[in-house]
Amino acid sequence: MRTFFLILFLVLLLAFGRGDNTAAGWPLHFGFGRIATTKEIAALNISIRPDGKGLPAGSGTVREGRAIYLMKCAACHGSTGVEGPQARLVAPMGDTTRAKAIGNYWPYATTLFDYTRRAMPYNAPGSLSAGEVYSLTAFLLYANKIIDSEKVINAASLPQVVMPAKKFFVTDDRRGGPEIR
Amino acid sequence: MNKKISRRKLLWGAATAASVALIRTVTGQSIHAAVPDPTKMPGPLPGPVGKRSPFEHPVRKPSDISSRSPLQDLYGMITPSDLHFERHHAGIPAIDPHQYELLIHGMVDRPTVFTLADLRRFPALSRICFIECSGNFRTGKETMTPQDICGLTSQSEWTGVLLSTLFREVGVHPKATWFLAEGSDAAVMTRSIPVSKGWDDAMIVYGQNGEAIRPEQGYPARLLLPGWEGNTSVKWIRRIELSDQPFMTREETSKYTEPIKDGKIRQFSFEIDARSIITFPAWPVQLEKGWIEIRGLAWSGRGKIKRVEVSVDTGKTWLPARLQEPVLDKAHVCFRYLWNWRGEETEILSRAIDETGYIQPTLGQLVKARGVDMGGYHLNPVTAWRIRRDGAVLFKPENWK
Ligand code: HEC
Repeated sequence: MRTFFLILFLVLLLAFGRGDNTAAGWPLHFGFGRIATTKEIAALNISIRPDGKGLPAGSGTVREGRAIYLMKCAACHGSTGVEGPQARLVAPMGDTTRAKAIGNYWPYATTLFDYTRRAMPYNAPGSLSAGEVYSLTAFLLYANKIIDSEKVINAASLPQVVMPAKKFFVTDDRRGGPEIR
Repeated sequence: MNKKISRRKLLWGAATAASVALIRTVTGQSIHAAVPDPTKMPGPLPGPVGKRSPFEHPVRKPSDISSRSPLQDLYGMITPSDLHFERHHAGIPAIDPHQYELLIHGMVDRPTVFTLADLRRFPALSRICFIECSGNFRTGKETMTPQDICGLTSQSEWTGVLLSTLFREVGVHPKATWFLAEGSDAAVMTRSIPVSKGWDDAMIVYGQNGEAIRPEQGYPARLLLPGWEGNTSVKWIRRIELSDQPFMTREETSKYTEPIKDGKIRQFSFEIDARSIITFPAWPVQLEKGWIEIRGLAWSGRGKIKRVEVSVDTGKTWLPARLQEPVLDKAHVCFRYLWNWRGEETEILSRAIDETGYIQPTLGQLVKARGVDMGGYHLNPVTAWRIRRDGAVLFKPENWK
Protein backbone atom coordinates (compact mmCIF):
# COMPACT_ATOMS: atom_id res chain seq x y z
CA MET A 1 0.00 0.00 0.00
CA ARG A 2 2.78 2.36 0.98
CA THR A 3 4.61 1.64 -2.27
CA PHE A 4 1.44 2.44 -4.16
CA PHE A 5 1.25 5.90 -2.60
CA LEU A 6 4.94 6.45 -3.19
CA ILE A 7 4.50 5.65 -6.88
CA LEU A 8 1.38 7.79 -7.05
CA PHE A 9 3.31 10.66 -5.49
CA LEU A 10 6.19 10.28 -7.96
CA VAL A 11 3.78 10.14 -10.88
CA LEU A 12 2.06 13.30 -9.67
CA LEU A 13 5.41 14.96 -9.17
CA LEU A 14 6.42 14.08 -12.73
CA ALA A 15 3.03 15.08 -14.10
CA PHE A 16 3.30 18.54 -12.60
CA GLY A 17 7.03 18.71 -13.14
CA ARG A 18 7.84 20.51 -9.89
CA GLY A 19 10.55 19.54 -7.47
CA ASP A 20 8.92 21.82 -4.93
CA ASN A 21 8.21 20.54 -1.44
CA THR A 22 4.68 21.97 -1.38
CA ALA A 23 1.58 19.93 -2.12
CA ALA A 24 1.41 18.45 -5.59
CA GLY A 25 -0.35 20.82 -7.95
CA TRP A 26 1.22 23.93 -6.47
CA PRO A 27 3.26 26.05 -8.83
CA LEU A 28 6.75 27.11 -7.87
CA HIS A 29 5.55 30.69 -8.13
CA PHE A 30 2.04 32.09 -8.20
CA GLY A 31 3.13 35.35 -9.77
CA PHE A 32 1.06 37.42 -7.33
CA GLY A 33 2.42 40.77 -6.17
CA ARG A 34 4.75 43.06 -8.02
CA ILE A 35 8.52 43.40 -7.92
CA ALA A 36 9.54 46.24 -5.58
CA THR A 37 11.66 49.03 -7.02
CA THR A 38 14.94 50.00 -5.35
CA LYS A 39 13.47 53.40 -4.69
CA GLU A 40 10.39 52.16 -2.86
CA ILE A 41 12.47 49.78 -0.78
CA ALA A 42 14.78 52.65 0.20
CA ALA A 43 11.79 54.81 1.17
CA LEU A 44 10.48 52.17 3.57
CA ASN A 45 13.67 50.55 4.81
CA ILE A 46 14.56 52.29 8.06
CA SER A 47 16.03 49.30 9.90
CA ILE A 48 19.42 49.54 11.55
CA ARG A 49 21.61 46.62 12.49
CA PRO A 50 24.01 46.46 15.44
CA ASP A 51 26.93 46.60 12.96
CA GLY A 52 25.66 50.00 11.81
CA LYS A 53 24.17 48.90 8.50
CA GLY A 54 21.28 51.24 7.75
CA LEU A 55 22.58 54.25 9.70
CA PRO A 56 22.09 57.45 7.68
CA ALA A 57 24.56 60.26 6.96
CA GLY A 58 24.87 63.02 9.54
CA SER A 59 26.27 63.37 13.02
CA GLY A 60 25.42 64.75 16.44
CA THR A 61 26.92 66.06 19.65
CA VAL A 62 26.10 65.83 23.34
CA ARG A 63 25.69 69.61 23.57
CA GLU A 64 23.12 69.82 20.78
CA GLY A 65 21.45 66.69 22.06
CA ARG A 66 20.89 68.20 25.50
CA ALA A 67 19.18 71.24 23.97
CA ILE A 68 16.88 69.10 21.79
CA TYR A 69 16.18 66.80 24.72
CA LEU A 70 15.04 69.66 26.96
CA MET A 71 12.79 70.94 24.21
CA LYS A 72 11.28 67.70 22.87
CA CYS A 73 11.69 64.95 25.45
CA ALA A 74 11.98 66.32 28.99
CA ALA A 75 8.23 66.90 29.39
CA CYS A 76 7.69 63.12 29.43
CA HIS A 77 11.05 61.73 30.53
CA GLY A 78 12.12 64.40 33.04
CA SER A 79 14.81 67.02 32.64
CA THR A 80 17.56 64.61 33.70
CA GLY A 81 15.93 61.49 32.20
CA VAL A 82 15.19 60.09 35.63
CA GLU A 83 12.04 61.80 36.86
CA GLY A 84 9.50 60.62 34.31
CA PRO A 85 6.48 60.61 34.24
CA GLN A 86 7.20 58.25 31.30
CA ALA A 87 9.94 55.63 30.90
CA ARG A 88 13.14 56.38 32.79
CA LEU A 89 15.99 56.87 30.32
CA VAL A 90 18.96 57.35 32.62
CA ALA A 91 20.37 54.68 34.96
CA PRO A 92 24.14 54.30 34.64
CA MET A 93 25.74 50.95 35.44
CA GLY A 94 25.80 50.54 39.19
CA ASP A 95 22.67 52.61 39.72
CA THR A 96 21.29 51.61 43.09
CA THR A 97 17.60 52.32 42.51
CA ARG A 98 16.99 48.99 40.72
CA ALA A 99 15.78 51.00 37.74
CA LYS A 100 16.52 49.49 34.34
CA ALA A 101 17.42 51.89 31.60
CA ILE A 102 19.86 52.53 28.78
CA GLY A 103 23.01 52.59 30.91
CA ASN A 104 22.53 49.40 32.86
CA TYR A 105 20.25 47.35 30.61
CA TRP A 106 20.54 48.16 26.90
CA PRO A 107 22.98 45.85 25.03
CA TYR A 108 23.39 47.87 21.79
CA ALA A 109 23.84 51.60 21.16
CA THR A 110 22.37 51.35 17.65
CA THR A 111 19.00 50.43 19.21
CA LEU A 112 18.81 53.89 20.74
CA PHE A 113 19.14 55.59 17.36
CA ASP A 114 16.68 53.19 15.72
CA TYR A 115 14.02 53.42 18.40
CA THR A 116 14.22 57.19 18.84
CA ARG A 117 13.96 57.72 15.11
CA ARG A 118 11.00 55.40 14.60
CA ALA A 119 8.95 55.99 17.75
CA MET A 120 9.91 59.21 19.55
CA PRO A 121 8.87 61.77 20.56
CA TYR A 122 5.78 59.76 21.41
CA ASN A 123 3.45 62.58 20.38
CA ALA A 124 5.24 63.18 17.04
CA PRO A 125 6.99 59.98 15.96
CA GLY A 126 9.12 60.13 12.84
CA SER A 127 9.53 63.91 13.07
CA LEU A 128 13.22 64.08 13.96
CA SER A 129 16.01 64.65 11.42
CA ALA A 130 18.96 62.25 11.31
CA GLY A 131 21.17 64.94 12.88
CA GLU A 132 18.73 65.45 15.75
CA VAL A 133 18.56 61.71 16.41
CA TYR A 134 22.38 61.44 16.41
CA SER A 135 22.56 64.32 18.91
CA LEU A 136 19.86 62.86 21.17
CA THR A 137 21.65 59.50 21.03
CA ALA A 138 24.92 61.19 22.00
CA PHE A 139 23.26 63.04 24.88
CA LEU A 140 21.51 59.95 26.27
CA LEU A 141 24.68 57.85 26.02
CA TYR A 142 26.56 60.62 27.83
CA ALA A 143 23.87 60.97 30.52
CA ASN A 144 24.15 57.22 31.10
CA LYS A 145 27.94 57.61 31.56
CA ILE A 146 28.79 55.58 28.47
CA ILE A 147 30.56 58.24 26.36
CA ASP A 148 32.30 61.50 27.31
CA SER A 149 30.89 64.92 26.56
CA GLU A 150 33.12 65.58 23.53
CA LYS A 151 32.27 62.41 21.60
CA VAL A 152 30.73 62.93 18.14
CA ILE A 153 28.14 60.31 17.20
CA ASN A 154 27.69 59.26 13.56
CA ALA A 155 27.33 56.15 11.41
CA ALA A 156 30.98 55.20 12.00
CA SER A 157 31.24 55.87 15.73
CA LEU A 158 27.84 54.64 16.99
CA PRO A 159 28.32 50.90 16.30
CA GLN A 160 31.70 51.13 18.06
CA VAL A 161 30.14 52.19 21.35
CA VAL A 162 30.31 49.26 23.74
CA MET A 163 27.29 49.01 26.00
CA PRO A 164 28.17 47.78 29.50
CA ALA A 165 25.06 45.58 29.83
CA LYS A 166 25.79 43.57 26.68
CA LYS A 167 27.78 41.00 28.62
CA PHE A 168 24.71 40.01 30.64
CA PHE A 169 22.60 38.91 27.67
CA VAL A 170 22.11 35.21 27.00
CA THR A 171 19.85 33.49 24.48
CA ASP A 172 16.78 31.70 25.78
CA ASP A 173 17.60 28.14 26.84
CA ARG A 174 14.14 26.91 27.75
CA ARG A 175 13.41 23.84 25.69
CA GLY A 176 10.20 22.34 27.06
CA GLY A 177 10.42 18.97 28.77
CA PRO A 178 10.48 18.44 32.52
CA GLU A 179 13.12 21.03 33.41
CA ILE A 180 11.94 24.42 34.67
CA ARG A 181 14.11 27.30 33.48
CA MET B 1 -47.27 51.59 2.03
CA ASN B 2 -46.04 54.40 4.18
CA LYS B 3 -48.63 53.64 6.72
CA LYS B 4 -47.61 50.00 6.78
CA ILE B 5 -43.98 50.83 7.38
CA SER B 6 -44.73 53.18 10.18
CA ARG B 7 -46.96 50.57 11.75
CA ARG B 8 -44.16 48.03 11.43
CA LYS B 9 -41.74 50.47 12.98
CA LEU B 10 -44.12 51.10 15.77
CA LEU B 11 -44.45 47.41 16.50
CA TRP B 12 -40.72 46.89 16.24
CA GLY B 13 -40.07 49.77 18.57
CA ALA B 14 -42.50 48.40 21.09
CA ALA B 15 -40.95 44.96 20.95
CA THR B 16 -37.44 46.35 21.38
CA ALA B 17 -38.50 48.47 24.28
CA ALA B 18 -40.02 45.43 25.94
CA SER B 19 -36.92 43.28 25.65
CA VAL B 20 -34.66 46.08 26.91
CA ALA B 21 -36.59 46.60 30.06
CA LEU B 22 -33.30 46.73 31.80
CA ILE B 23 -31.82 49.34 34.05
CA ARG B 24 -28.12 49.92 34.57
CA THR B 25 -27.34 51.15 38.03
CA VAL B 26 -24.62 53.66 38.79
CA THR B 27 -22.27 50.84 39.79
CA GLY B 28 -22.63 49.39 36.30
CA GLN B 29 -24.71 46.41 37.40
CA SER B 30 -27.81 45.54 35.47
CA ILE B 31 -31.03 44.91 37.19
CA HIS B 32 -34.07 44.01 35.21
CA ALA B 33 -37.44 45.43 35.59
CA ALA B 34 -40.33 43.07 34.79
CA VAL B 35 -40.04 41.84 31.20
CA PRO B 36 -43.49 41.37 29.69
CA ASP B 37 -44.42 37.84 28.59
CA PRO B 38 -42.52 37.41 25.27
CA THR B 39 -45.06 34.89 24.01
CA LYS B 40 -47.71 37.58 23.91
CA MET B 41 -46.03 40.01 21.49
CA PRO B 42 -43.97 39.48 18.32
CA GLY B 43 -40.30 40.29 18.78
CA PRO B 44 -37.98 42.48 16.69
CA LEU B 45 -37.57 41.63 13.00
CA PRO B 46 -34.34 40.31 11.45
CA GLY B 47 -31.59 42.94 11.27
CA PRO B 48 -28.31 43.37 9.39
CA VAL B 49 -25.99 42.89 12.39
CA GLY B 50 -26.63 40.94 15.56
CA LYS B 51 -25.87 42.10 19.04
CA ARG B 52 -25.48 40.66 22.51
CA SER B 53 -28.43 40.07 24.75
CA PRO B 54 -29.07 43.21 26.75
CA PHE B 55 -28.59 41.02 29.80
CA GLU B 56 -24.96 40.19 28.93
CA HIS B 57 -22.12 42.61 29.54
CA PRO B 58 -18.78 40.89 29.14
CA VAL B 59 -16.14 43.60 28.97
CA ARG B 60 -12.42 43.89 28.69
CA LYS B 61 -10.51 45.79 31.33
CA PRO B 62 -8.46 48.54 29.74
CA SER B 63 -5.43 50.31 31.15
CA ASP B 64 -3.32 52.88 29.30
CA ILE B 65 -1.32 50.19 27.52
CA SER B 66 -3.48 47.08 27.34
CA SER B 67 -6.96 45.67 27.67
CA ARG B 68 -7.60 42.31 29.31
CA SER B 69 -9.98 39.56 28.17
CA PRO B 70 -12.75 38.58 30.61
CA LEU B 71 -11.64 34.92 30.81
CA GLN B 72 -14.17 34.16 33.56
CA ASP B 73 -17.10 35.26 31.39
CA LEU B 74 -16.33 33.16 28.30
CA TYR B 75 -17.62 29.78 27.18
CA GLY B 76 -15.57 27.42 25.05
CA MET B 77 -12.17 28.03 23.56
CA ILE B 78 -12.79 30.94 21.17
CA THR B 79 -12.55 34.50 22.39
CA PRO B 80 -15.19 36.71 20.75
CA SER B 81 -13.22 39.11 18.54
CA ASP B 82 -14.38 42.21 20.38
CA LEU B 83 -13.18 40.71 23.67
CA HIS B 84 -9.72 39.67 22.41
CA PHE B 85 -7.08 41.27 24.62
CA GLU B 86 -5.26 44.30 23.31
CA ARG B 87 -1.67 45.36 23.70
CA HIS B 88 -0.07 47.93 21.50
CA HIS B 89 2.67 50.45 22.00
CA ALA B 90 1.31 53.57 20.30
CA GLY B 91 -2.38 53.11 19.70
CA ILE B 92 -4.39 51.58 16.87
CA PRO B 93 -3.55 52.83 13.36
CA ALA B 94 -6.29 53.48 10.81
CA ILE B 95 -5.31 51.69 7.61
CA ASP B 96 -7.18 51.78 4.32
CA PRO B 97 -7.20 48.19 3.02
CA HIS B 98 -6.98 49.48 -0.56
CA GLN B 99 -3.74 51.32 0.25
CA TYR B 100 -2.30 48.46 2.29
CA GLU B 101 0.94 46.89 1.08
CA LEU B 102 3.36 44.34 2.47
CA LEU B 103 6.98 44.59 1.27
CA ILE B 104 9.25 41.55 1.54
CA HIS B 105 12.89 42.32 0.75
CA GLY B 106 16.49 41.86 1.92
CA MET B 107 18.05 38.44 1.31
CA VAL B 108 15.52 37.37 -1.32
CA ASP B 109 15.68 36.81 -5.10
CA ARG B 110 12.63 38.92 -5.88
CA PRO B 111 11.84 41.78 -3.48
CA THR B 112 8.06 41.96 -3.79
CA VAL B 113 5.15 44.17 -2.78
CA PHE B 114 1.89 42.39 -2.00
CA THR B 115 -1.44 44.15 -1.78
CA LEU B 116 -4.16 42.78 0.46
CA ALA B 117 -5.86 41.40 -2.64
CA ASP B 118 -2.60 39.63 -3.57
CA LEU B 119 -2.36 38.06 -0.11
CA ARG B 120 -5.95 36.83 -0.36
CA ARG B 121 -5.27 35.15 -3.70
CA PHE B 122 -2.69 32.75 -2.26
CA PRO B 123 -3.83 29.35 -0.96
CA ALA B 124 -5.47 30.11 2.37
CA LEU B 125 -5.29 28.35 5.68
CA SER B 126 -7.32 28.65 8.88
CA ARG B 127 -5.94 27.76 12.25
CA ILE B 128 -7.17 28.06 15.81
CA CYS B 129 -4.48 29.15 18.25
CA PHE B 130 -3.97 31.44 21.21
CA ILE B 131 -2.02 34.65 21.35
CA GLU B 132 -0.64 35.53 24.76
CA CYS B 133 1.36 38.54 25.83
CA SER B 134 4.51 37.34 27.61
CA GLY B 135 3.95 39.89 30.36
CA ASN B 136 0.80 38.16 31.54
CA PHE B 137 0.98 37.59 35.27
CA ARG B 138 -0.40 39.91 37.92
CA THR B 139 -0.69 39.17 41.62
CA GLY B 140 -0.74 41.13 44.85
CA LYS B 141 -4.24 40.97 46.34
CA GLU B 142 -7.02 38.50 47.07
CA THR B 143 -9.70 40.36 45.16
CA MET B 144 -8.47 39.57 41.64
CA THR B 145 -10.33 37.85 38.81
CA PRO B 146 -8.81 35.53 36.16
CA GLN B 147 -9.02 38.57 33.88
CA ASP B 148 -6.87 40.58 36.31
CA ILE B 149 -4.36 37.76 36.81
CA CYS B 150 -3.80 36.67 33.22
CA GLY B 151 -6.31 38.31 30.87
CA LEU B 152 -3.67 39.02 28.23
CA THR B 153 -4.38 35.76 26.41
CA SER B 154 -7.09 35.13 23.83
CA GLN B 155 -7.89 32.65 21.10
CA SER B 156 -9.22 33.05 17.59
CA GLU B 157 -9.57 31.17 14.37
CA TRP B 158 -7.09 32.99 12.13
CA THR B 159 -7.21 32.85 8.34
CA GLY B 160 -4.46 33.84 5.96
CA VAL B 161 -1.49 32.62 3.96
CA LEU B 162 1.44 30.62 5.27
CA LEU B 163 4.57 32.76 5.39
CA SER B 164 6.44 29.84 3.81
CA THR B 165 4.26 30.29 0.71
CA LEU B 166 5.37 33.93 0.50
CA PHE B 167 8.98 32.96 1.26
CA ARG B 168 8.92 30.63 -1.76
CA GLU B 169 7.27 33.32 -3.84
CA VAL B 170 10.06 35.84 -3.18
CA GLY B 171 12.87 33.25 -3.12
CA VAL B 172 14.37 33.54 0.37
CA HIS B 173 18.13 32.96 0.30
CA PRO B 174 19.32 29.79 2.02
CA LYS B 175 21.74 31.90 4.10
CA ALA B 176 19.00 34.11 5.54
CA THR B 177 18.63 33.24 9.24
CA TRP B 178 16.49 36.07 10.66
CA PHE B 179 13.79 38.36 9.43
CA LEU B 180 12.58 41.70 10.69
CA ALA B 181 8.83 42.15 10.98
CA GLU B 182 7.70 45.77 11.01
CA GLY B 183 4.26 47.22 11.75
CA SER B 184 2.74 50.43 10.45
CA ASP B 185 1.52 51.77 13.77
CA ALA B 186 3.00 54.90 15.38
CA ALA B 187 5.51 52.70 17.25
CA VAL B 188 6.58 51.24 13.88
CA MET B 189 6.85 48.06 15.95
CA THR B 190 9.73 45.77 15.03
CA ARG B 191 10.84 42.29 16.05
CA SER B 192 13.54 39.98 14.70
CA ILE B 193 12.30 36.44 14.08
CA PRO B 194 14.33 33.34 13.16
CA VAL B 195 13.64 32.37 9.55
CA SER B 196 13.00 28.79 10.70
CA LYS B 197 9.73 29.95 12.30
CA GLY B 198 8.77 31.44 8.94
CA TRP B 199 9.24 28.08 7.24
CA ASP B 200 7.58 26.22 10.09
CA ASP B 201 4.12 27.62 10.87
CA ALA B 202 4.15 31.43 10.65
CA MET B 203 1.30 33.07 8.77
CA ILE B 204 0.22 36.43 7.46
CA VAL B 205 -3.41 36.54 8.54
CA TYR B 206 -6.27 38.78 7.45
CA GLY B 207 -9.24 36.89 8.92
CA GLN B 208 -10.29 36.43 12.53
CA ASN B 209 -13.25 34.33 13.61
CA GLY B 210 -14.92 34.47 10.22
CA GLU B 211 -14.52 38.18 9.47
CA ALA B 212 -11.73 40.61 8.67
CA ILE B 213 -9.26 41.07 11.53
CA ARG B 214 -10.33 43.70 14.02
CA PRO B 215 -8.40 47.01 13.92
CA GLU B 216 -7.03 46.36 17.42
CA GLN B 217 -5.72 43.01 16.22
CA GLY B 218 -3.85 44.27 13.19
CA TYR B 219 -6.31 45.16 10.44
CA PRO B 220 -5.92 44.55 7.61
CA ALA B 221 -3.08 42.01 8.10
CA ARG B 222 -0.74 40.84 10.83
CA LEU B 223 1.97 38.31 11.37
CA LEU B 224 0.88 35.25 13.37
CA LEU B 225 3.50 33.15 15.13
CA PRO B 226 1.58 30.31 16.80
CA GLY B 227 2.74 29.59 20.34
CA TRP B 228 5.14 32.55 20.55
CA GLU B 229 4.90 35.59 22.80
CA GLY B 230 2.24 37.93 21.45
CA ASN B 231 4.53 40.87 20.70
CA THR B 232 6.28 38.86 17.96
CA SER B 233 3.01 38.49 16.02
CA VAL B 234 3.53 41.99 14.66
CA LYS B 235 0.24 43.70 13.82
CA TRP B 236 -0.47 45.99 10.88
CA ILE B 237 2.55 44.42 9.23
CA ARG B 238 4.03 46.46 6.39
CA ARG B 239 7.54 45.12 5.89
CA ILE B 240 9.55 41.90 6.22
CA GLU B 241 13.32 42.12 5.74
CA LEU B 242 15.36 38.93 5.42
CA SER B 243 18.80 39.10 7.02
CA ASP B 244 21.60 36.94 8.42
CA GLN B 245 21.44 38.41 11.94
CA PRO B 246 18.92 39.86 14.38
CA PHE B 247 18.42 43.63 14.34
CA MET B 248 18.38 44.06 18.15
CA THR B 249 15.34 46.30 18.20
CA ARG B 250 14.14 47.94 21.41
CA GLU B 251 11.41 45.30 21.88
CA GLU B 252 13.95 42.47 21.95
CA THR B 253 16.54 44.21 24.14
CA SER B 254 15.10 46.82 26.51
CA LYS B 255 11.74 45.02 26.62
CA TYR B 256 10.59 41.39 26.26
CA THR B 257 13.81 40.18 27.89
CA GLU B 258 13.95 38.89 31.44
CA PRO B 259 16.54 39.07 34.17
CA ILE B 260 17.35 35.58 35.44
CA LYS B 261 19.95 34.19 37.85
CA ASP B 262 23.48 35.54 38.28
CA GLY B 263 22.69 38.91 36.74
CA LYS B 264 22.00 37.35 33.35
CA ILE B 265 19.31 38.67 31.04
CA ARG B 266 17.46 36.18 28.87
CA GLN B 267 16.76 37.25 25.30
CA PHE B 268 14.69 35.85 22.41
CA SER B 269 12.43 33.92 24.80
CA PHE B 270 9.84 33.20 22.16
CA GLU B 271 7.82 30.17 23.24
CA ILE B 272 5.01 30.42 25.75
CA ASP B 273 5.42 27.64 28.30
CA ALA B 274 2.44 25.55 29.38
CA ARG B 275 -0.02 27.19 31.69
CA SER B 276 -3.54 26.88 33.09
CA ILE B 277 -5.96 28.90 35.17
CA ILE B 278 -9.20 27.97 36.90
CA THR B 279 -11.76 30.48 35.63
CA PHE B 280 -14.60 29.06 37.75
CA PRO B 281 -14.98 29.22 40.67
CA ALA B 282 -12.95 32.38 41.03
CA TRP B 283 -13.28 35.67 42.90
CA PRO B 284 -15.90 37.19 43.29
CA VAL B 285 -18.03 34.03 42.96
CA GLN B 286 -19.92 32.94 46.08
CA LEU B 287 -20.14 29.13 46.36
CA GLU B 288 -22.88 26.96 47.69
CA LYS B 289 -22.24 23.48 49.05
CA GLY B 290 -22.74 20.59 46.66
CA TRP B 291 -21.64 19.73 43.17
CA ILE B 292 -19.41 22.24 41.48
CA GLU B 293 -17.86 21.91 38.05
CA ILE B 294 -14.43 23.47 38.26
CA ARG B 295 -13.65 25.00 34.86
CA GLY B 296 -10.65 26.56 33.27
CA LEU B 297 -8.30 27.05 30.37
CA ALA B 298 -4.95 25.44 29.63
CA TRP B 299 -2.49 26.12 26.82
CA SER B 300 1.10 25.61 25.69
CA GLY B 301 3.15 27.34 23.02
CA ARG B 302 5.15 24.16 22.52
CA GLY B 303 2.38 21.91 21.24
CA LYS B 304 -0.66 20.15 22.60
CA ILE B 305 -1.84 20.04 26.17
CA LYS B 306 -1.53 16.44 27.25
CA ARG B 307 -3.12 16.62 30.66
CA VAL B 308 -4.52 19.09 33.14
CA GLU B 309 -4.54 18.13 36.79
CA VAL B 310 -6.69 19.69 39.46
CA SER B 311 -6.19 19.68 43.20
CA VAL B 312 -9.05 20.41 45.58
CA ASP B 313 -6.97 19.83 48.73
CA THR B 314 -4.43 22.65 48.60
CA GLY B 315 -2.08 20.73 46.33
CA LYS B 316 -1.76 17.54 48.34
CA THR B 317 -3.31 15.31 45.67
CA TRP B 318 -3.86 15.90 41.97
CA LEU B 319 -6.42 14.29 39.68
CA PRO B 320 -6.86 14.59 35.92
CA ALA B 321 -9.47 17.01 34.59
CA ARG B 322 -11.57 16.26 31.50
CA LEU B 323 -10.28 17.99 28.38
CA GLN B 324 -12.75 19.35 25.86
CA GLU B 325 -12.10 18.10 22.34
CA PRO B 326 -10.61 19.12 20.03
CA VAL B 327 -7.30 19.52 21.82
CA LEU B 328 -5.34 21.61 19.34
CA ASP B 329 -1.70 22.42 18.91
CA LYS B 330 -0.68 25.72 20.59
CA ALA B 331 -4.26 26.40 21.55
CA HIS B 332 -6.40 27.11 24.59
CA VAL B 333 -8.22 23.99 25.69
CA CYS B 334 -11.11 23.96 28.16
CA PHE B 335 -10.79 21.64 31.14
CA ARG B 336 -13.46 20.61 33.61
CA TYR B 337 -13.42 18.78 36.91
CA LEU B 338 -16.42 17.74 38.95
CA TRP B 339 -16.14 18.41 42.68
CA ASN B 340 -18.50 17.89 45.57
CA TRP B 341 -17.76 20.67 48.00
CA ARG B 342 -18.88 19.87 51.53
CA GLY B 343 -18.14 23.26 52.99
CA GLU B 344 -14.56 22.74 54.12
CA GLU B 345 -11.94 25.46 53.86
CA THR B 346 -9.46 24.57 51.12
CA GLU B 347 -7.51 25.74 48.10
CA ILE B 348 -8.20 24.63 44.54
CA LEU B 349 -5.46 24.65 41.90
CA SER B 350 -4.79 23.46 38.35
CA ARG B 351 -1.61 22.59 36.50
CA ALA B 352 -1.06 21.99 32.80
CA ILE B 353 1.21 19.33 31.31
CA ASP B 354 2.10 19.57 27.63
CA GLU B 355 3.30 17.00 25.12
CA THR B 356 6.95 17.85 25.76
CA GLY B 357 6.48 16.60 29.34
CA TYR B 358 6.68 20.12 30.81
CA ILE B 359 4.68 20.50 34.02
CA GLN B 360 3.40 23.98 34.84
CA PRO B 361 5.59 25.15 37.73
CA THR B 362 4.76 26.81 41.02
CA LEU B 363 5.95 30.36 41.64
CA GLY B 364 8.49 28.84 44.04
CA GLN B 365 9.91 26.64 41.26
CA LEU B 366 10.19 29.66 38.95
CA VAL B 367 12.00 31.67 41.62
CA LYS B 368 14.32 28.73 42.28
CA ALA B 369 15.15 28.44 38.58
CA ARG B 370 15.42 32.16 37.78
CA GLY B 371 16.30 33.82 41.09
CA VAL B 372 14.41 36.40 43.16
CA ASP B 373 15.32 39.14 40.71
CA MET B 374 13.51 37.37 37.87
CA GLY B 375 11.75 39.68 35.46
CA GLY B 376 8.05 39.89 34.76
CA TYR B 377 7.99 38.13 31.39
CA HIS B 378 7.14 34.46 30.87
CA LEU B 379 5.69 33.92 34.34
CA ASN B 380 3.28 31.00 34.21
CA PRO B 381 2.86 29.83 37.81
CA VAL B 382 0.20 27.52 39.16
CA THR B 383 -2.37 29.80 40.77
CA ALA B 384 -4.58 28.91 43.70
CA TRP B 385 -8.07 29.98 44.73
CA ARG B 386 -8.89 29.93 48.44
CA ILE B 387 -12.33 28.64 49.30
CA ARG B 388 -13.55 29.95 52.62
CA ARG B 389 -16.04 28.14 54.82
CA ASP B 390 -18.67 30.79 54.01
CA GLY B 391 -18.31 30.06 50.29
CA ALA B 392 -16.22 33.10 49.44
CA VAL B 393 -13.61 32.46 46.76
CA LEU B 394 -10.39 34.50 46.96
CA PHE B 395 -7.25 34.58 44.88
CA LYS B 396 -4.17 33.48 46.79
CA PRO B 397 -1.57 36.11 46.03
CA GLU B 398 2.02 34.95 46.28
CA ASN B 399 4.85 37.43 46.33
CA TRP B 400 8.48 36.70 45.77
CA LYS B 401 10.29 39.96 46.39
C1 HEC C 1 4.49 62.56 25.02
C2 HEC C 1 5.41 61.84 25.89
C3 HEC C 1 6.78 61.51 25.34
C4 HEC C 1 7.69 62.33 24.74
C5 HEC C 1 7.55 63.82 24.42
C6 HEC C 1 8.85 61.54 24.49
N1 HEC C 1 8.65 60.26 24.93
FE1 HEC C 1 10.00 58.77 24.86
N2 HEC C 1 8.61 57.48 25.64
C7 HEC C 1 7.32 57.81 25.95
C8 HEC C 1 6.60 56.62 26.30
C9 HEC C 1 5.13 56.54 26.70
C10 HEC C 1 7.52 55.53 26.19
C11 HEC C 1 7.22 54.05 26.39
C12 HEC C 1 6.67 53.50 25.09
C13 HEC C 1 6.47 52.00 25.10
O1 HEC C 1 6.73 51.34 26.10
O2 HEC C 1 6.08 51.45 24.08
C14 HEC C 1 8.77 56.13 25.79
C15 HEC C 1 9.92 55.40 25.62
C16 HEC C 1 11.14 55.94 25.23
C17 HEC C 1 12.38 55.21 25.15
C18 HEC C 1 12.56 53.73 25.46
C19 HEC C 1 12.85 53.53 26.94
C20 HEC C 1 13.21 52.10 27.28
O3 HEC C 1 13.90 51.88 28.28
O4 HEC C 1 12.81 51.17 26.58
C21 HEC C 1 13.33 56.08 24.70
C22 HEC C 1 14.79 55.77 24.45
C23 HEC C 1 12.69 57.36 24.54
N3 HEC C 1 11.36 57.24 24.88
C24 HEC C 1 13.33 58.49 24.07
C25 HEC C 1 12.69 59.68 23.86
C26 HEC C 1 13.33 60.83 23.28
C27 HEC C 1 14.78 60.88 22.85
C28 HEC C 1 12.40 61.81 23.22
C29 HEC C 1 12.54 63.20 22.65
C30 HEC C 1 12.84 63.25 21.25
C31 HEC C 1 11.17 61.28 23.77
N4 HEC C 1 11.39 60.01 24.14
C32 HEC C 1 10.00 62.01 23.90
C33 HEC C 1 6.77 59.07 25.95
C34 HEC C 1 7.40 60.20 25.44
